[in-house]
Amino acid sequence: MEAETTQSHTSSEHNPHLAHHFGSLTQQFDSGKLGMWLFLATEILLFGGLFCAYSVYRANHPEIFIYAHQYLSKFWGALNTCVLLFSSFTMAWGVRCAQLGRQRGLVVCLALTLLCGFVFLGVKYVEYKEKWQHGLLWGKYYSPVHHHDDSHEAASGEGPAPQEGHPAVASAVAQSMTPTVVLTTDAGVVVERSKILPAPTGPGGLASLSAGRESHGDEPRNVQLFFSVYFLMTGLHGVHVIVGLACIGWILRRAVRGDFGPGYFTPVDLVGLYWHLVDLIWIYLFPLLYLIH
Amino acid sequence: MAAVLVRTEHITPTQTIMGADAYNKMFTLHGAMMVFLFIIPGIPAALGNFVLPLMVGAKDVAFPRLNLTSWYLWIIGAVFAVASLLVGGFDTGWTFYTPYSTTTPFKGVIPIATGAFILGFSSIFTGLNFIVTIHKLRAPGMGWFQMPLFLWALYATAIIQILATPVLGITLLLLIVERALGVGIFDPALGGDPILFQHFFWFYSHPAVYIMIVPAMGVISELISVFSRKHIFSYRFIAYSSIAIAVFGFLVWGHHMFTSGQSSLMNMIFSALTFSVAIPSAIKAFNWVATMYKGCISLKTPMLYALSFLFLFAIGGLTGLFLGSLTTNVHLHDTYFVVAHFHYVMFGGTVIAFLGGLHYWWPKMTGKMYSDRQGQIACFLIFIGFNLTFFTQFIMGTHGMPRRYFKYSEQFTTLHVLSTVGTYVLLVGFLLVAYYLIDSLVRGPKAPSNPWGGASLEWQTTSPPPVENFSQPPIVGDPYDYGDLVYDPEIRGYRKLIKTGAA
Repeated sequence: MEAETTQSHTSSEHNPHLAHHFGSLTQQFDSGKLGMWLFLATEILLFGGLFCAYSVYRANHPEIFIYAHQYLSKFWGALNTCVLLFSSFTMAWGVRCAQLGRQRGLVVCLALTLLCGFVFLGVKYVEYKEKWQHGLLWGKYYSPVHHHDDSHEAASGEGPAPQEGHPAVASAVAQSMTPTVVLTTDAGVVVERSKILPAPTGPGGLASLSAGRESHGDEPRNVQLFFSVYFLMTGLHGVHVIVGLACIGWILRRAVRGDFGPGYFTPVDLVGLYWHLVDLIWIYLFPLLYLIH
Repeated sequence: MAAVLVRTEHITPTQTIMGADAYNKMFTLHGAMMVFLFIIPGIPAALGNFVLPLMVGAKDVAFPRLNLTSWYLWIIGAVFAVASLLVGGFDTGWTFYTPYSTTTPFKGVIPIATGAFILGFSSIFTGLNFIVTIHKLRAPGMGWFQMPLFLWALYATAIIQILATPVLGITLLLLIVERALGVGIFDPALGGDPILFQHFFWFYSHPAVYIMIVPAMGVISELISVFSRKHIFSYRFIAYSSIAIAVFGFLVWGHHMFTSGQSSLMNMIFSALTFSVAIPSAIKAFNWVATMYKGCISLKTPMLYALSFLFLFAIGGLTGLFLGSLTTNVHLHDTYFVVAHFHYVMFGGTVIAFLGGLHYWWPKMTGKMYSDRQGQIACFLIFIGFNLTFFTQFIMGTHGMPRRYFKYSEQFTTLHVLSTVGTYVLLVGFLLVAYYLIDSLVRGPKAPSNPWGGASLEWQTTSPPPVENFSQPPIVGDPYDYGDLVYDPEIRGYRKLIKTGAA
């Protein structure tokens, strides 16, 4: 929604499209564009926090990331990357069409961009659903359902089971804290360290089935961290995609109405910038989350 | 109000008027409300939004609707803050440190965090608006160095607002999801890192201190020059020092975490950088004093506030150096010394400058004059009350009184009582300000266009300004050249000398 408000000032219905407090259309366009770039800077910093969290945890616990990223499907990720890249292309083409006054081209390009956005969300839904079915969720809801052959193929009947199990598992996790601490007390002096460092909820205890997928067999501690980061980053990105789609829908409606032409195309340009940023963030997310070595 | 209750609680060493939980909620509420709802938006949003378009000679800010959105967001944020009280309050302190904030039984954390998140967007939009307005809407003929220094300060502030606030946004968002969904990014029980929260939080919240103080410095630059009837001393240094503070401000957040488990190398680097912020601040202070030197100083209410600012900010700033050096910090960390220090900066700095700016632009905003005599008395009361309240806290801090404690040992009783009495004096001062300002709206005489003899553009239009700010395009000149302005007792304000000279 933030993006929409940034741009909406330009839609003032004065003589042509000039708001009363601007001297000229150029001044208005420049102001809008500067405002949008500043807004994009804030967006980058918003994601910056998550990228920072990612770097910290990846640097401290590389094994978690190497282990857990295998549960993400490179195919779907790559497909989504292509879809978004293509949508950026159509968006840029759309802006060009608006500048040249090609009404039909603009509408087609915007519609294609919108379509790509929905495809992206569809693929994301498939991916999330798969994670959900396997219990590969964030933080305290992480309770993987392990399969001896291939974790990507979920038996559909098992879908609801992990969902039902969540609260139970979560409380078990909470209770399991005390025994772990007690265990370490036997070892001697290290009580305090053990309380902080190795989080006692280590999924090793929960996944007694031990994932037989990997050659090394055992799962590192705190795998849930990866999925927390994964869901936060892709989730926040997804929210931005939805906002972007709303904005594109809005300019598509205006484009159909014939609002834009060589003289006035600010909203198309600004929504385009926003969409490219959303795309760009995904281009970073894809290798960081899916392609880890 | 919460502050008065907190101080009242401290009249006696043990329970006086409220329980420990209520006390914890009360100081948290005071901190969070004052920081997010008042001090951060105070000068930029309340004064800046009015003065900035006038000062650049524009009809309006660049994005009026965005500005309105920002105001609505502020209200929504405030509603969330109130809602947090209704669902049980919160006792985390305004810093929301994890994992306490994710485990505390009080249910107000999510609403207040949401509120602060929304207020953050309000702040971002204000900053964005200011930067674009200053870049694109300056009146013809106004270069960067013909801008009043208040605009430089607002520009520096806006940079911080835009670059720092999103980080707070994501931090609070993570806190909310953490509490609601158990994401575990900051929760050691789930493998998360609470120190990371502190880094994120202070990455915003330290620059936020400069969001609070830099616009205050801008106000003071205006006041000192106008009421000394003398050109501001070394304009460019003051302008650049605002930007310098904004830049340095981003690099010092670690000094909040000297005792939180940073490496000693990090501590040393952050300590050194912290000292570097003192340089541009001192540049400003010296230039203000130099501006007053041999000036024709008139002690009108706004100028009294400006002088209070100089005095209080000097104390606040210098005690900051005590806290910035590592060895003394370990001793003073989380004591009343810290409380006193940041109140000297935020209250003695920002609030005093806000009051000064409010009194300075009040005639322009409302078209009415207030009683200068009452203003002087109120300023005096606030100055005395403030020092009584917080100077005693410096002393208590050095003797080891920890902050945020419900009870205290007997030895601190006298100082605590003094501090509380100071609060009451402050309260009286504030009530007086509220009284005569409201009174001026009803009975105050009509304000002239230029009651103080300011040379910046806002004084060229009527008080209050017409819808599009200027009925004829303003004439851009040096904003600190008072040579051609003379007092005309007939209109009880200043006007251009040229008009009379031409006759």
